[in-house]
Amino acid sequence: MDDLYNDLIMEHSMNSYNKKKLESCDFCEKGHNPNCGDEIELEVKLNGDVIEDMAFLGHGCAISQSSTSIMIETLRGKTIEEAREIIKTFIDMIKRETKDEKELEKLEDAIAFKNIANMPARVKCALLAWHTLEGILDKFA
Amino acid sequence: MNVRDDFPILKNNDIAYLDSGATTQKPVQVIESIKEFYEKQNANPHRGAYALSVEATAVFEGTRAKVAKFIGARYPEEIIFSKNASESFNLLAYSYGLENLKSGDEVVLSIMEHHSNLVPWQYVTKKTGSTLKYLYVNSDYELSEEEIKEKITDKTKIVAITYVSNVLGTINHVKEIAKYAHKKGAIVIVDATQAIPHMRMDVQDLNADFLVFSGHKMMASLGVGVLYGKRELLNKMSPFLFGGDMIEYVYEQDTTFAPLPSKFEAGTQDVGAVASLGAAIDYIENLGYENIQKIENEVVEYAIEELSKLDFLTIYKTPNKENFVGVISFNINGVHPHDVASILDQEGVCVRSGNHCAQPLLRYLGVDSTCRASFYIYNTKEDVDRLVRGLTKTYNMFKKYLQK
Repeated sequence: MDDLYNDLIMEHSMNSYNKKKLESCDFCEKGHNPNCGDEIELEVKLNGDVIEDMAFLGHGCAISQSSTSIMIETLRGKTIEEAREIIKTFIDMIKRETKDEKELEKLEDAIAFKNIANMPARVKCALLAWHTLEGILDKFA
Repeated sequence: MNVRDDFPILKNNDIAYLDSGATTQKPVQVIESIKEFYEKQNANPHRGAYALSVEATAVFEGTRAKVAKFIGARYPEEIIFSKNASESFNLLAYSYGLENLKSGDEVVLSIMEHHSNLVPWQYVTKKTGSTLKYLYVNSDYELSEEEIKEKITDKTKIVAITYVSNVLGTINHVKEIAKYAHKKGAIVIVDATQAIPHMRMDVQDLNADFLVFSGHKMMASLGVGVLYGKRELLNKMSPFLFGGDMIEYVYEQDTTFAPLPSKFEAGTQDVGAVASLGAAIDYIENLGYENIQKIENEVVEYAIEELSKLDFLTIYKTPNKENFVGVISFNINGVHPHDVASILDQEGVCVRSGNHCAQPLLRYLGVDSTCRASFYIYNTKEDVDRLVRGLTKTYNMFKKYLQK
C-alpha cells in the first residue's frame, strides 16, 4: 500500500503540471466512473500521427488522477500506433494478463501502477484515462 | 454477555467492520435459522398437501405474523415480503403511484432519499405527468418545519421519506411529517431501512400508510425485504408482479388474483431468508432496543468525540444529538474518500466510500463523495481507535503533498 501511494503517484495526483487546458486540441473526451465520481476531461493534440501534447482536467481519487497524468507523461511524443500498444500493455498489466518484464518496460513510469492488480476495487480508477484515450485512438484503427 | 461473540464473522476476520449501513453482520442464531430451515423444513410453501410443505408454509406465514407484531401492524396480511427495500419501493411506485397520480399532482421526497426511494418516483411522475419535489436540508443537515410546510401542499398526493438518512444519520420527524401530510390529503411512505436496526418502528404510532425496510440491514440474510401497507390501501392496488401463487382463477384470457398478501408475492419466495428475518427479530427482541441503543450510544458517542479531535477531518452531521443515529460521514480535507477507504482497508478497517446511493444529496451538499462509518451492536471502542489510527496514518501519508 505504501508502495502504491509513493512519491511519484502522489506528486502526479496532487500537483500535476499536466492538469491544465491546452491552447488548442484535436480531441477532447470525457471519462467517468459514475460509482465513485471520478471524472476526467482528456485533451489530445496530434501532429500527423504523433501525439504532440495532452493535458487533462478533472477530479477524483489519487489513483485516477495520477494515472491520467502519468499516462500523458508516458505517451506524449509517441506515435498513435506506439501509444495503442502501450495502452494495451498497461491494461494487460493491471488485469494481470502479462508479467513479461521486457514488455512492461515500455510503460516507463506507468509501471508504478503494477500493484493495483492486488486491489480489485481500484482497478477501474487506474484504467479510467487509458480507456478514455483508447476510445479516441480507436478512431484511427 | 458480550453480543460481539454472537457474530462468527468477527472471529474469523480481524477487522473493524464499520459498514453496517450497507449490510449488518449476522449473529449465529440467524445463521443457524437458515441451516435449520433447509435441514428440517424446506419445501415450497402453499403448494403441497404433504406435511413438509405445510411446515414450510408455517415458517413463512409465522414469520409474517411475527413481522406484523414487531412493527405494530394490525393484520399479518399487511406484511408483503419482497426481495429488498428497492423492490418494495418499485411495487409502490407501479401499483400505487402509476394508478393514482395524474397531471398536476405532486410527489414530495426528501433530498436525503436513497436512490431506491427516488428513481422509481422519477419514473412514475414522468409517466403520469405529475411533479417531483424535494424537501431540502438546512445547515444542521435536518429538514426544517418551514421547509415541510412550504413543500407539502394540497397538490401533494404522496410523501415518501426516509426515517434515517443513510449518509447523514439524521433522524427525520416522520410522525409529525405524516400528520401534516395527511392533513393535506397525501399518503405517507416511510423508508425505515436505516432506522429499524436501531429503534422500534410502530406503524400505528407513525400512522404510516406504507413502510418499507430490508432484512439484511437488521441482521437477516441478504434477499428479503418488507413492505407494510394499510390493508384498505393494499386491497385497492393492482398486483405488481404476475405469475405463480398470486392468482385465484386463471383462464385463457383472464385471471382473478389471490387476496392479500399473496396478490403481491408472485413466484416462489426466499423462505430461508424469511426464516432468517424471523430469527433476526427474535434476536432484536431478546436483546431489546433499549440495550441496542445503550451499546451503540456508548461507541458512537466515543467515535464522535475522537473523530472531532482530528482537525484534518470534515464531519457531515447534525449537532443535535437527539436527531442522530448510527452513521458518520466524513472526509479528510483534500484527500479523496476512495484513497482513504483503500488505506483504511489495509489497516483492517471497513468503511464505505462514495456517494452512498444518494447522488442528489451529495450534489446538494456540494461534495463528490464521502467516507462513511456506520455502527451496530457488535462495534467496540477498539474499532473506533483503529479507525482513528487509520485516518491519522492516511493523513500523514498525504500531508506533505497537501501543503504545497
